[in-house]
Amino acid sequence: MNRDWSTLGPILLESVRETLYMVSITIGVGGFLGLVFGVLLYATRKGNLLQNAVVFTVLNVAVNIVRPIPFIIFITAVGPLTLATIGTTIGNNAVIFAMSIMAAFVTARIVEQNLVATDPGVIEAARAMGASRLRIIVTVLIPEALAPLILGYTFLLIGIIDMSALAGYVGGGGLGNFAIVYGYQRFNWEVTFVTVLVIIAIVQLAQLLGNWFARKALHR
Amino acid sequence: MTSVISFRDATKVFGGGPDAVRAVDSVTLDIARGEIFGVIGYSGAGKSTLVRLINALETATSGQVIVDGQDVTTLREAELRKVRAGIGMIFQQFNLMNSRTVAGNVGYPLKVAGWSKQDRRRRVGELLEFVGLTDKARSYPAKLSGGQKQRVGIARALATSPSILLADEATSALDPDTTQDVLALLRRVNRELGVTIVVITHEMDVVRSIAHRVAVMEHGKVIEHGRAYDVFAAPRERATQRFVASTLQDRPSPDVLDRLRHRHPGRMITVTVREGDGYGTGDSRVDGVGGSGGSGVDVLAALRRHGVDGTIVFGGITEIDERPFGSLTVELTGDDAAIDALIADLRRATDVHDLGIGDAPSDRTTADVVGGSPPEASTGEGDEPDADPYGFAMDAIRRHGGPR
Repeated sequence: MNRDWSTLGPILLESVRETLYMVSITIGVGGFLGLVFGVLLYATRKGNLLQNAVVFTVLNVAVNIVRPIPFIIFITAVGPLTLATIGTTIGNNAVIFAMSIMAAFVTARIVEQNLVATDPGVIEAARAMGASRLRIIVTVLIPEALAPLILGYTFLLIGIIDMSALAGYVGGGGLGNFAIVYGYQRFNWEVTFVTVLVIIAIVQLAQLLGNWFARKALHR
Repeated sequence: MTSVISFRDATKVFGGGPDAVRAVDSVTLDIARGEIFGVIGYSGAGKSTLVRLINALETATSGQVIVDGQDVTTLREAELRKVRAGIGMIFQQFNLMNSRTVAGNVGYPLKVAGWSKQDRRRRVGELLEFVGLTDKARSYPAKLSGGQKQRVGIARALATSPSILLADEATSALDPDTTQDVLALLRRVNRELGVTIVVITHEMDVVRSIAHRVAVMEHGKVIEHGRAYDVFAAPRERATQRFVASTLQDRPSPDVLDRLRHRHPGRMITVTVREGDGYGTGDSRVDGVGGSGGSGVDVLAALRRHGVDGTIVFGGITEIDERPFGSLTVELTGDDAAIDALIADLRRATDVHDLGIGDAPSDRTTADVVGGSPPEASTGEGDEPDADPYGFAMDAIRRHGGPR
């Protein structure tokens, strides 16, 4: 059994780096798209700022279709689209592409749910001041919901770390791949255990940061 | 009267088919520049919708709403934004942005209006000084009391120097003391800045203390409107009478009257106290209150003149639109003929409600108004003035031929 951490250590560090790379690109791209979709879902709903039945229905159905697909199936299912966009269906970038799409749809729902809780009175007040709809969305709606949004994104971040663990199946790297290849497949429980500890540490750190920023944004 | 806001047959229907609700039903109303106009009604009467027609947060289904000479029902969203920027609005729940400081909230409409950062800072400073919250500029709304929040709301609504301020139940979430503070501030806004204020409320006290003119709404319709003093001194409609009764409580209720009679077996009358400075003449509905009598002091003078002794046993005088209004219930002792002459004399100047004597009361109750039963149905002897439990109300209806 290989317990030589002088060789495993650098590989673990490289895996951590790969995971952080995949996760940060995904939360950037998927998170942004999700914000746009989520705001649209909220705003196009009947009686809201941009009321639009067509846009709402299309988005709503799309979110409901994509979200329940298990991610390991989703990676392969979007293969043709990944090939057309990234040029390959294997490797970290292919996984990032699939993760970003999934993250966008998951985020859309999280964002929508947090925006629904915004006090409609504040939006009415902004309308009464003559603010345009886009301005209200950007300068009132999102800032007012910022604290729960930060918590929502923290939740999402942890979900993305989870998704990234599957990268190994399509030739990607990261901590999930590391735990499978150097731990599970080599009956090396120590590697699996250490990897789990590293993932827990990353998740804890993310949650702590999220909570801290959310508290900052609450102004209470 | 130059009207700054005019409703012409304005109607707002929510929903369609059999479930359609006419929240505002054919309202025609003019609000003059520089006045404080009160709209009073119970919840669901349509007053909040009515006020939202003014800044087009709701668009009228039919009819016209003319604001500063512009029919807002014909404007597109982009043009409406300009109209809205010239109309301030404050709300029951204040509707401050919790994500911004007090200064950030007050400065927001200025940002929308495209003011430079420097101008914004100066203007926000002025506004916070006006509402007395300079030291709270950097606080977040969550740290403020209700009264302070509403003052921030007022500062924010006044930021762009609007000529109209809409107050939607602005004091309904505040305690009585804070309510008075906020009302005093609104009065200053009206007097010092000349802002026309439309106050929507279900609280009679609010209208009573600040409104110059008032409209009473019920089921989407304006059922009565005019000078606040005239409408409340001589209310025609039941809803109006109930509002008056809810705030004044100056007339003894039946059980109070029973207890009074125990202690005061003599003849009792309730004298309406109204301003007698000539406001009752001309186009006003309350005529006959001019001349002598009609004020608390003059009642006492009349007693002296007729050699009748009086004990004030119940009553209350308050202000409507800063003018006195109320009633005094007096037990009279003296010669019967002198008392009759006194009552006849008082009747020439004001409304007198004869409660009779303990053994032979000439009236059962004065409190039906509070109970809300309609004047016509309350007594079988409605033609007899002495048996009129509504005092001023019935007299006014009789004089003016009843509700139009």
